Amino acid sequence: MQDSPDLGDRGGAVCVVGAGASGLTAIKNLREQGFAVDCYERETSVGGAWNWRHDRSPVYAGAHLVTSRPLTEFPDFPMPDTWPDYPHHSQVLEYLERYAKHFGLGEHIWYGMEVTSIEPAGDGRWDVSIQSTGGGTSRVQRYAAVVIANGHNWSPVSPEIPGDFAGQVIHANAYKEPSRLRGRKVLVIGGGNTGCDLAVEAAQHAGRVWHSTRRGYWYFPKYLGNRPADQAYHRRMPSWLRDRRLRRTAADLTRWGVPAPDHAPLESHPIVNGLLPHYLGHGRIEAVPDVTRYDGASVELADGSRIEPELVITATGYRPRFDFLAPEVLEIDEDGRPDLHLHAFARKHPTLAVIGLVQASAGVFPLAHWQSVAVARWLRLRADDPEKAGAVQREESKRPLASWSRRKVVPTRRHWFEVDHVDYLTAVESLLKNMETAK
Amino acid sequence: MSGILRFEDWSDPVPPAEREVVSRLPEDDTGRPPLLFVPGLGHGAWAFAEHWLGHAAGRGFPAHAVTPRAGGDLRAQAHDVVQTAAALPRQTVLIGHGTGGRVVARALGRYPARAAVLVAPLLDGWAALGAALRSNPTGTVPALFGGRLKFSARQLFGPELPAEEAKAHLERIGVRPTAGLLARDELPSPVGGPPTLVVGSPDDRVVPRPALDRAAARYGGAPLLFPGMGHYLMLETGWAEPIDAILDWLDKELPR
Repeated sequence: MQDSPDLGDRGGAVCVVGAGASGLTAIKNLREQGFAVDCYERETSVGGAWNWRHDRSPVYAGAHLVTSRPLTEFPDFPMPDTWPDYPHHSQVLEYLERYAKHFGLGEHIWYGMEVTSIEPAGDGRWDVSIQSTGGGTSRVQRYAAVVIANGHNWSPVSPEIPGDFAGQVIHANAYKEPSRLRGRKVLVIGGGNTGCDLAVEAAQHAGRVWHSTRRGYWYFPKYLGNRPADQAYHRRMPSWLRDRRLRRTAADLTRWGVPAPDHAPLESHPIVNGLLPHYLGHGRIEAVPDVTRYDGASVELADGSRIEPELVITATGYRPRFDFLAPEVLEIDEDGRPDLHLHAFARKHPTLAVIGLVQASAGVFPLAHWQSVAVARWLRLRADDPEKAGAVQREESKRPLASWSRRKVVPTRRHWFEVDHVDYLTAVESLLKNMETAK
Repeated sequence: MSGILRFEDWSDPVPPAEREVVSRLPEDDTGRPPLLFVPGLGHGAWAFAEHWLGHAAGRGFPAHAVTPRAGGDLRAQAHDVVQTAAALPRQTVLIGHGTGGRVVARALGRYPARAAVLVAPLLDGWAALGAALRSNPTGTVPALFGGRLKFSARQLFGPELPAEEAKAHLERIGVRPTAGLLARDELPSPVGGPPTLVVGSPDDRVVPRPALDRAAARYGGAPLLFPGMGHYLMLETGWAEPIDAILDWLDKELPR
């Protein structure tokens, strides 16, 4: 690739945006289908969100997986079987680095390069503008297809709370290690996995801990007996039985004032935290309702009571962002939600796909793997046999939305890309079969 | 069996186990893919350490052999192979011998090997049983009733191997076949579509010629044959010829 501002035509090559877990598996599976790949990564190393050295990484010192190894690893590159059931985030990074090295992905990645715009160039091709993150000239390259894997856990969403607060407010992504909590009075806002993890960390280190949640979730333990709980949930069984098993093993925290869930167990991704009931029971975490207002040193809650924390941590999630694309290309609505077939394929642009934009009842890596297998085979089919590809596209347009998406079930801004691990993979598997058998 | 919905792996993962790995590395890293040899029933990594590992390393290939866990079923042994391959620094070539060929065939459904070689692969237990009954009835019949399978040198080795060497090898080969050996399970499609080669001998008295042809056809080719050799190609006097042919094939299939 020459370093000139001229438009470089990369022929049949595919552009991958981002070298996190989703980008890496996209490169591997595109290469396996024989595509030349240029991957652009704004950081100087792989791992995306899992690389704590990256300034956008949300991981904190104590973060462990909330899904066990077999439901988290790439299906064709297992984590070492001697690793713990729920590896530490540093092991996840080591795993991604080994994956990249094992499959020789590094030579296809351009580090320190940011994609600033992606524009249709006609005939299914794309003009991708790339700029060095250290400044410098930008250049444009033309690709046969673009696969976006820019992650969805880097642009923090903060709650809009009226009033002024005299203490300190940080988003969970700025929280790195527990010394920040030691001896202080801490309010954690947010009932997701991060919010619950941070409430537990605070219970272990802070002086006093309040945990404010708006909605009720299903709280699952990490273990049932001596086995990881998610392994018990992912036996082959009818969905009503899985639902019953989930309801029976979830912790009911309403005794401590935590709201009851307003949805069925897997309609929103599960909270996995065995220590939350433990610390609620010890009185180290005090469950409080929604925050309504800041007022100087105090925080006003929905029930009218007031508390006086020194530090407020908002664990209120992240928003996917595609600043390099015109919103209509991904059919992004006013709430920022793109409309993608299987959360992966752009409906009006057969050579544009997004990998890893799912929130599942198990790990994202296996879904990102199978998504990129499907995308790579689709692009291969489209290049080799456009007629057959057209038949597959017609067949796919008949697939009912409810068979793979939980959209609309829990109507909040965060939960639109929730999927059920088994339902989603069943849909991807049938797409892969369609591509094999289409005439 | 669905390749994507892996309920058994999700809910009942194979537990970790000790795995013996023997390695011979080239003096300089030439960038060639690592080779992982997988022995079949009755022998271990040692059978490859005799000649083949050192020879492959001499030609620039990092060469490893793994002994899958003792007493493990096919699923556990394939897991051992995939774990060992994934722990190597680069995408690995899997090479299985005898029932190790079946373990490799299973592992290929899980791990995108750089390439695969099946050496005298025992993919069809019934064909092997027929061959064993023909060539060594007295050693085979007791095994059908739960006894130990006794081999004769004539059954396993070609006529050129000196009798003493054959005897020494025979003493190290011990097989108690299980019912699983006779199962004709469906072999998975290899993930990542690796180039695959079947190697054998028309004079093998364990894996008969038609079984070799069927195995090769399964992977879309014809077997590469070394007449006059027995089942244990890596222990025969002429051991260099098949391993050189395998390495030549790899050099051709995986240009640097």
